[in-house]
Amino acid sequence: MKININGSIKEFEGQKITAEELITQLNLSDKRFAIEKNGEIISKNYLSDIYFNDGDKIEIIGAVGGG
Amino acid sequence: MGDKILNINDKLVIAGRSFQSRLLVGTGKYTDFEQTRSAIDSSEAQIVTVAIRRINLGQSPNEPSLLQFLPTNKFTYLPNTAGCYSADEAIRTLRLARELLDGHNLVKLEVLGDPDTLFPNVVETINAAKILVKEGFDVMVYTSDDPIIAKQLEDIGCCAIMPLASLIGSGMGILNPWNLEIIIDKANVPVIVDAGVGTASDASIAMELGCDGVLMNTAIALAKKPILMASAMKKAVESGREAFIAGRMDKKLYNASPSSPIKGLIK
Repeated sequence: MKININGSIKEFEGQKITAEELITQLNLSDKRFAIEKNGEIISKNYLSDIYFNDGDKIEIIGAVGGG
Repeated sequence: MGDKILNINDKLVIAGRSFQSRLLVGTGKYTDFEQTRSAIDSSEAQIVTVAIRRINLGQSPNEPSLLQFLPTNKFTYLPNTAGCYSADEAIRTLRLARELLDGHNLVKLEVLGDPDTLFPNVVETINAAKILVKEGFDVMVYTSDDPIIAKQLEDIGCCAIMPLASLIGSGMGILNPWNLEIIIDKANVPVIVDAGVGTASDASIAMELGCDGVLMNTAIALAKKPILMASAMKKAVESGREAFIAGRMDKKLYNASPSSPIKGLIK
């Protein structure tokens, strides 16, 4: 399946993946981030309950330097 | 802020949070995180603005992050909406920021209207502010130096009004002190000059006008020696505040009285 993450398409095995698994695969487990799935924010408390499927649009954001 | 009696020990209070420092600083445009942290330490600022952006997915797990250099238990984060050109974009960004920062609801709203000048779009800013305040955000709002818009933003429930002194990143200083003075005079929430400060005297002038604080980024980050400039800005904000509370002498074109006695002149 293909998932759009931060504007680029990524391929994954299988039909679905939990948000938690995705974060682990992206090496982000130790980072602070927030996730949006198809425009809806996913609470960090429910990462293992939320599934991503083919065609989903995911945004993963963090804090960077700014004025 | 009306006829309130001011004291030099008064803290800056924003939405119930108290701050010793009246200098707020951005975290952009520095060479690296070490320089960012050193400059902010030198400024003694307690509130730091940050931008919300897509995480770089290619990064290694050990790559340093801003949050490591500026821990959230030591600094008050002010996530901003820089780069947003509509109310919808700004609201979306700040909802994500609140999730990122575990419910932290103090934010800087900034909706731009033009990529060349970075002038704020006050219509979109007002639209966004209404929704964000309803959703429980404490909104510090970047705006033009229009006193009517400033008052409307306060009436909506914004916890601090942050008019520009001149355009973002311009370093042009305080271009319209008269408008700022009207905004300050009419406001019942803190007024913080945001954008346009170029050097220490600009920050002092803002504080001498009666601003409650000054927010800057480029003036420190793009100084030849950012850490030294950060220290200069800290002193400038403090001295401007002291001068404002001390109350300056009246100006007069001539007929000034000499400081040394006239009596007893040697003849």
